Amino acid sequence: MSHASHAMDAPHGVREGSMHDMHPTTTGIPSRKVALWTLIGSECLFFASLISTYLVYKGKSLVGPLPHTESQCMLHGQMQACEPIIEIPLVTFGTAVLLFSSFFIVLALYGAQKGRRGMLIGWLGATVVAGLFFVGMQVYEFTHFFHKGMGYSTNLFSSSFFTLTGFHGSHVTAGVIWLSTLLVLAIRGKIPPGKSLNLEIAALYWHFVDVVWIVIFPVVYLMR
Amino acid sequence: MATSVLEHAPAIHQEKSGLWSWITTVDHKRIGILYGTTAFIFFLIGGIEALIMRLQLMRPDNHLVSAEAFNSLFTMHGTTMIFLGVMPLSAMFFNYFIPLHIGARDVAFPRLNAFSYWVFLLGGLFINFSFLLNAAPNAGWFGYANLTERTYSPGLNTDFWVLGLQILGIASMAAAINFFVTIVNLRAPGMKMLRMPMFVWMSFITQILLLLAFPVITVALVFLMMDRHFGSHFFLPEGGGDPVLWQHLFWIFGHPEVYILILPAFGIVSEVLPVFSRKPLFGYTAMVFSGAFIAFLGFGVWSHHMFATGMGPIADSFFAISTMLIAVPTGVKIFNWLGTIWGGSLQFKTPLYFALGMVAMFIIGGLSGVMHSSPPADLQQTDSYFVVAHFHYVLFGGSIFGLTAGAYYWFPKMFGRMLNETIGKAHFWLMLIGFNLTFFPMHFLGLNGMPRRVYTYAAGSNFEFWNRIETWGALLLAFSLLLFVYNVVSTMRKPKTAPADPWKGATLEWLIPSPPQEFNFADVPPVNSSTPAWDLRRAGGGQLPEPKRVSGAGIHLPSPSIWPVVTACGVLGVIGSILFTHMKGWFVITLCGAAVLLFGIYRWAFEPPFPEEH
Repeated sequence: MSHASHAMDAPHGVREGSMHDMHPTTTGIPSRKVALWTLIGSECLFFASLISTYLVYKGKSLVGPLPHTESQCMLHGQMQACEPIIEIPLVTFGTAVLLFSSFFIVLALYGAQKGRRGMLIGWLGATVVAGLFFVGMQVYEFTHFFHKGMGYSTNLFSSSFFTLTGFHGSHVTAGVIWLSTLLVLAIRGKIPPGKSLNLEIAALYWHFVDVVWIVIFPVVYLMR
Repeated sequence: MATSVLEHAPAIHQEKSGLWSWITTVDHKRIGILYGTTAFIFFLIGGIEALIMRLQLMRPDNHLVSAEAFNSLFTMHGTTMIFLGVMPLSAMFFNYFIPLHIGARDVAFPRLNAFSYWVFLLGGLFINFSFLLNAAPNAGWFGYANLTERTYSPGLNTDFWVLGLQILGIASMAAAINFFVTIVNLRAPGMKMLRMPMFVWMSFITQILLLLAFPVITVALVFLMMDRHFGSHFFLPEGGGDPVLWQHLFWIFGHPEVYILILPAFGIVSEVLPVFSRKPLFGYTAMVFSGAFIAFLGFGVWSHHMFATGMGPIADSFFAISTMLIAVPTGVKIFNWLGTIWGGSLQFKTPLYFALGMVAMFIIGGLSGVMHSSPPADLQQTDSYFVVAHFHYVLFGGSIFGLTAGAYYWFPKMFGRMLNETIGKAHFWLMLIGFNLTFFPMHFLGLNGMPRRVYTYAAGSNFEFWNRIETWGALLLAFSLLLFVYNVVSTMRKPKTAPADPWKGATLEWLIPSPPQEFNFADVPPVNSSTPAWDLRRAGGGQLPEPKRVSGAGIHLPSPSIWPVVTACGVLGVIGSILFTHMKGWFVITLCGAAVLLFGIYRWAFEPPFPEEH
């Protein structure tokens, strides 16, 4: 042990950098991956608070529109009967697309790990398109609600609905931006198998966002 | 310590100085010093707010400040002490000592660490900026609905509070993820979980509490912001909303928050007592699990803050019992501390004084806490000065005494200089006396019916005597803090002569020079127990060789970066823009903030974290 490289070669050597995930960590799991799992744990409480509030206020709205039942709504300055507002078929389709995107990203990650660039780019592209479709569906749904007279502050249902699904939608949007960035990198050939962790972490996040929707969809759209 | 042979290699790690090096630093030790300095200044501001309140209450029917100003004072005092004082003072020790304690070069994500600090600083400045606009938050640190709604708080005051806490929450979340990963993943070989210093254990549990509690207040603050700015009725009964929902969400965060404030101090005291008793910590494993049990129960007791809302006998009973249960693991800790000093060879140095003071004062606060757990007793005490006495005994008597013990204990390691012992002991006795004169009489005042948060009281209501004593006590307390400031300032003018291990410490930080070099450890010795420095000392026949400063050539350290600061400014822009919703085109500010935020994140993500290989 007689020269400078000793400090680097020691088992406790350079392990501290987030980008130095190839170096051994205490658990053997890359630090960025542990960080993302930690974030997911924290996000669970975030969405749990939003979902709980939605449930606490379910059926407590003073005026319509309501998700599943007919109600009295204030439209054009006067109270009138209005239909249940939720459109289950459209959102079911969007849900299916989002769930399939989790499958797509697994295939993209497989392509990245095996160095199959075409597979990586194709399936990652498909994931981004699916994510965009979901966000587009939500934008359409929100606009449709606005036109039917349900704004953000119309009643407790609308406020808690828009806050809950809006925060989920913004998580999907952040995921789309993240995955698009990785797609550009993949096209430029900057995600070789040795760097597939970059995609794996984004994929973890993407799966989490999907899982949250699996809870939101029945709670908001199916439960009467 | 294994001798390092890097001494003759060319010196490449020179101490960098200058403002720019501090702005772009990613070194956990420098960030720790930034946290400590900033938090101490905020702590003094919070203290001045408290002193003004005490002067106002010194005599009946006083008009030193108006009722409105008094509302702002108690709101900002609470908010400042919790979010800008105690939490970041703990963060100073997390930053500086978690990597040293576990034998790491830095935290897991050095730039994220810098980001946390800058967001904290901007958030603290943001909230305090409200004073300049004469719009300081004034609805209490707990922000009860519907006092905080537009109808009752029309000005910007509550907006500064809501948005400022949201900004500070981001800083806490980023830091919590960072320290959690650091403790899980960057431990030196041999540093198993059950060999970690107790300070690291309590910090670890604190990070878990932060991760699970902060999202809940984030959601509550979002709802409140939506009510105030976008017309929803989450907490407004006229739209069907329920103000009590705010209390539930707030205290689901708020009760874990009090453990976030106290557990780091528990950890510090668990480090100080063994070193100054020359005995290992009594019941190490029981200490770990009692800490974890306190944290677990901490999520099941929130409604004991809400007995007065009338939740009914079942909920009252549940929360009363779960609250009483917390006394068990807390008692385990206190008895283990006593077991640690029992029969020890006590070294009566300043850190030990403060650590013992913390144990004694915390017992008083803990006992009055158990009194509150009984709903019928709580209904008598709630909203009275009795409660103020209780939480100052746990937060000042507990957290601040513990943090001060840590400050005296670790000052030589951080700055290479020993604080003056005589002044330190004078600081301790004056602080102890001043603290008890200020807060003990509040028990009497509370039981005699003096309500909290009143700006004055009528003459002849039997409150004069104790209020006068309390104000003199508060002035003594302030004087003791001035002594501390004097001690620090005069010590910093002296040369750096502190040895590496002035206290014969048990943990890894005492094996390296004071202050540590930028890379912390050139070599880490094997860790075979929870007291690795004592193992080496024993192997050396009671002596440890003074470690030499080495060049550290060949050690890769993360590069400095400006992008954490830029990203932090983006966060401020996005969240701060909500202040302007009453103006047309306010969202342009949001978009500008978002642009800065995205730009910062992208430059950060694509910047190599380490210098390029030569």
